[in-house]
Amino acid sequence: MIEKNLNQIFQARIDSEEKIEARDWMPEKYRQTLIRQISQHAHSEVVGMLPEGNWITRAPSLRRKVALLAKVQDEAGHGLYLYSAAETLGAKRSDLIQQLLDGTAKYSSIFNYPTLSWADIGAIGWLVDGAAIMNQVMLCRTSYGPYARAMVRICKEESFHQRQGYEIMIALSKGSEEQKAMAQDALNRWWWPSLMMFGPNDAESKHTAQSMAWKIKRKTNDELRQAFVDATVPQAEYLGLTIPDADLKWNEERGHYDFGPIDWDEFWQVVKGYGQCNKERIAARRKAEEEGEWVREAALAYAEKQRIKKENQKTKVA
Amino acid sequence: MNKQQAIFDLALWMGDNTLILGHRLSELCGHGPILEQDIALTNIALDLVGQSRMWLSLAGEVEGKDRTEDDFAYYRGERDFTNVKLVEMPNHHWGYVIARQFIYDAHHLAILEQLVDSSDQAIADIAAKAIKEVQYHLRFSSEWMIRMGDGTAVSHEKAQTSLEDLAPYIKSLTLTDEISTFAAAEGIGFDAGRVEQEAWATMQKVLEEATLKLEPSEYYHKGGKQGLHTEHMGFILAEMQSVVRAMPGNTW
Ligand SMILES: [Fe+2]
Ligand SMILES: [Fe+2]
Repeated sequence: MIEKNLNQIFQARIDSEEKIEARDWMPEKYRQTLIRQISQHAHSEVVGMLPEGNWITRAPSLRRKVALLAKVQDEAGHGLYLYSAAETLGAKRSDLIQQLLDGTAKYSSIFNYPTLSWADIGAIGWLVDGAAIMNQVMLCRTSYGPYARAMVRICKEESFHQRQGYEIMIALSKGSEEQKAMAQDALNRWWWPSLMMFGPNDAESKHTAQSMAWKIKRKTNDELRQAFVDATVPQAEYLGLTIPDADLKWNEERGHYDFGPIDWDEFWQVVKGYGQCNKERIAARRKAEEEGEWVREAALAYAEKQRIKKENQKTKVA
Repeated sequence: MNKQQAIFDLALWMGDNTLILGHRLSELCGHGPILEQDIALTNIALDLVGQSRMWLSLAGEVEGKDRTEDDFAYYRGERDFTNVKLVEMPNHHWGYVIARQFIYDAHHLAILEQLVDSSDQAIADIAAKAIKEVQYHLRFSSEWMIRMGDGTAVSHEKAQTSLEDLAPYIKSLTLTDEISTFAAAEGIGFDAGRVEQEAWATMQKVLEEATLKLEPSEYYHKGGKQGLHTEHMGFILAEMQSVVRAMPGNTW
């Protein structure tokens, strides 16, 4: 009876656009949904460092090297904000990381695709950060306060990443024939996986309805995907590159671009762990975790020694 | 020998050292032991590559042959790089990376403390920008030397072994040659003897707190500035220059 009332009050707060804060009562399922979503998001930021990190040492100018380093570093920062947001819900960062390492937590499948040329760094910034922004702009208004505030900070940096990626694409597509071909090849490989980033079609998506009611999500997967296509097609045209979709065309009536069918078999293959890089990404995170173990232990041991020292000094003074 | 040559020589040496060390640190981005430390180390990499860009651009200007920072970074072979061997050493583990950084930072700061007063304004300007960053680098690496040295038995051992392994690479940071001696005499460059003294004093103070030991090595590795490097250097350049060399002449 009381639970039912609380639920009603909670939903009424959501409906009147109040932000839910860490100490507020919330349905257990709301909490669990958020922990799952925020931690997946955090893992995506951290795993997302790997495909781009793959090109830091080969960036073709010092200016690009610095920009890429700064970008990948930003993603680490995003991971931190998001783990902190998840911790406000009672989750522990070390537990969440453990879930990533043992394969029980998911992260964005896009990062299981390989980065094969320098142009991929441009394409990722332009398309992958671009798709992420569509999702994240929406999340700036998500109903859970700490998550919404983390997203506001993150969004600013993501749009910078997107511009930076697009700028790489401009340089390549205005460059030599070889560079242009490299840019086109990257677009060919990243286009469809970027569309898949928005998740299954609405009819197929199991979490969407409840998340919409709780205003964790405010737009459906298909709405976001459409917005992304509409925004990106003119950008590809400006570059003089061709989007690899024969069915892509402007639909006057809908006021949107129509686009061809997504290969959902490929989507599920990668989600289920059989993308090109799933194993390598997790192995890289595990390696960092294992090699860092003695470092974390040393830091803890030192901090503990310092604490004891301070305590002894205090008792001496007293 | 003239002043232009002395400025060129110094700017190139500073630029090569910071580039190769920054590159080494950049290899670790995304692989750090703790997310916070990953960010911190990447910061240092960013600072160093940023400084390298200023030094190499200066080298290009005084040389007057229209070479850019990228010409120096991407279109020179191994024998033309003047960096010390210390900065080429691989990222074996966190303890080794920090020890390498600590040794470099202590010298780097002592060098910059003199270069801020260089009679050449361009050098003084770059040094003034860099010195604030390097003060932070030294604080970071010192704190980690202490944490490792006074942490667990394992961390102590790793830090101590790393210092011993790196000891023969320290001296080359303060070796002189005809042109660096000229630069020092003209007030363009730095007095290497003073740098050596100050860097060792800095290191010993930190290491004492860390309960670690470091002695000047009786034998040390020469080369570096003369273009003779370790076996690692070829791989660093092969990787760093691969895209540019595969499609030379392009703008990126
Ligand atoms: Fe991000
Ligand atoms: Fe990003």
